[in-house]
Amino acid sequence: MGIHATEVTAEHGRGRTADSEDAPLLQVKDLHVEFRTRDGLAKAVNGVNYSVRAGETLAILGESGSGKSVSSQAVMGILDSPPGFVTGGEIVFKDQDLLKLSSEQRRKIRGTQMAMIFQDALSSLNPVHTVGTQLGEMFRVHRGTSKAEAKKKAVELMERVGIPAAKERVNQYPHQFSGGMRQRIMIAMALALEPDLIIADEPTTALDVTVQAQVMELLADLQREYNMGLILITHDLGVVADVADKIAVMYAGRIVETAPVHELYKRPAHPYTRGLLDSIPRLDQKGQELYAIKGLPPNLLRIPSGCAFNPRCPMAQEICRSEVPPLHAVTEADGAPIEGRGSACHFWKETIHG
Amino acid sequence: MPDQQPNKPNGVPDDANTELSSAFPQTPTLGAMEVEGMLEKEDLTHAPEQSTETVAVADREVPRSLWQDAWRELRHNPIFIISGILIIFLIIVAFFPGLFDSTSPLKCDLSKSQNGPTSGHPFGFDTQGCDVYARTIYGARASITVGVFATLGTALLGTIMGGLAGFFGGPLDAVISRIADIFFGIPILLGGLVFLSVIPSRSIWIVVAFIVVLGWPQIARIARGAVITARQQDYVTAARALGAGNPRLMLRHILPNSLAPIIVVATIALGTYISLEATLSYLGVGLKPPTVSWGIDISAAADTFRNAPHMLLFPAGALCITILAFIMLGDAVRDALDPKLR
Repeated sequence: MGIHATEVTAEHGRGRTADSEDAPLLQVKDLHVEFRTRDGLAKAVNGVNYSVRAGETLAILGESGSGKSVSSQAVMGILDSPPGFVTGGEIVFKDQDLLKLSSEQRRKIRGTQMAMIFQDALSSLNPVHTVGTQLGEMFRVHRGTSKAEAKKKAVELMERVGIPAAKERVNQYPHQFSGGMRQRIMIAMALALEPDLIIADEPTTALDVTVQAQVMELLADLQREYNMGLILITHDLGVVADVADKIAVMYAGRIVETAPVHELYKRPAHPYTRGLLDSIPRLDQKGQELYAIKGLPPNLLRIPSGCAFNPRCPMAQEICRSEVPPLHAVTEADGAPIEGRGSACHFWKETIHG
Repeated sequence: MPDQQPNKPNGVPDDANTELSSAFPQTPTLGAMEVEGMLEKEDLTHAPEQSTETVAVADREVPRSLWQDAWRELRHNPIFIISGILIIFLIIVAFFPGLFDSTSPLKCDLSKSQNGPTSGHPFGFDTQGCDVYARTIYGARASITVGVFATLGTALLGTIMGGLAGFFGGPLDAVISRIADIFFGIPILLGGLVFLSVIPSRSIWIVVAFIVVLGWPQIARIARGAVITARQQDYVTAARALGAGNPRLMLRHILPNSLAPIIVVATIALGTYISLEATLSYLGVGLKPPTVSWGIDISAAADTFRNAPHMLLFPAGALCITILAFIMLGDAVRDALDPKLR
């Protein structure tokens, strides 16, 4: 699996590397993460490859336990260790392998060059400090700014992310803000030092629908303005469609399909992706039963042999139970390659071309 | 933690309206001027002059931290007020005993041995002919000093040890926790009888040090638990993801969030330490004369209780009131900082 997958990535890379500025900002190569638990070895990430360029948005899609959050925590270097261990692969960020750096060097990269936005902004903000203190802390820790200066910058940041009356609100505590406003503050904190890469781990899951759209829009605006790479981790197909450039679908710690965003929605090349798309409620289906992928996500302690999706797959054959499918480069029916597409299914041709 | 319900709009208005109105949960007076300009909707904001005249309302809307919340709660708690007044009085007595008594507790007249209360000597005399009132007043200093400094010492040592164990976990946690278990396993009175009896000159500081050495595991256990809970909070992960190092995580993010239970246990322990000092002195392994201590006086008075009950009642009463005051304070602090325990 690892070898094939690297080939696909490399192929895409070669097509673009003519322009050196276009080299990926972040390249994750054959990443393996496992959790050593009392019950045994949980293989959370099993050979994941992806890359993000400056100004590009990669959405990583998957259900709980698919390894999408764990792989991004490994990129940030905030994996709880023990029990989590990165057991293989490379994380190349701006031409250096992060896994070879010391923990202090990695700490200095966090916040300044890459930052993360979390799902629940209320619990991600420290309840005992005012938002101004927490925003200002970014400057004080990494830049050594004075207290007064840091506060001024905090107000600027709050205005930048669209918080009205920022000057008054800078001295308030997180619990005094609404959910949307708290997530804006989280975004402001991540943006404070203008990092090159932002990882947003389900940034809108805890928000109600009207606010979700605003927060996503803000994130997309800021990304364009600062030309950042953005990794959007989500299980919400709707959120992805508007903002992402490309999508990687994860299942049981592997990427099962990669595609430019509209390609994926138009014609999925993996039965799992097709199942996900079919289970979105649509207006024209009113009165019919909603499709659901049968079965449960696999237990990471006992990942099924062969293709991890085979027990739930409507197309599963004998080969699916014995052989792990590599990430095939997906082509048109006539064999013409499709930029950026891959599918880890033995029957990708049948899936995409019917 | 406050829920976000009140902030959420109930209807289904258009997007802009939703976010703007939810930006000002129940705080119409805060920044009313700016709000007015931005919203261009008078009904959402009150007239500017109202915000200046309704001082009481504005006061309630000022942002409050956990500690400010706790202080508000305390100020309205009669138990806190009573115990607070008592403790302030006791501290004044401890630091300025001369204000309350002109005679010396060490100026004794054997001819007045065990005499009952007379004019000018309201508490009577003890066996040595010393003034019991003077001794009761001067005895406060030993009790309060031991109580306060033993509490500070145990809290400091316990927080550091428990905090390190909880934050780093693994082998360090195992080592610190086992050391704590060893000290925790020594009965404090038995420990006092064994260890203190071999120290010939027992000053207040020796007793304080003894209590700290045997008392820190209690705080360390609480601190360890609180730190482990705080360490797993999302805001700690978030701070780490934004580049905070270990010292900053510990001091800025974890410590303030795990301090409340430590303070609660420490204040309640204060009363216990005062009674412990008296117990040790009573047993003859605590403070020694010429230090004036309620425990020493109670010990001396116990033998002659039937002949001269005043010798026992006054220092014992003072001790009771002091311990009661500190335990009441501990209760009030607990109610304010940890309402779930009530």
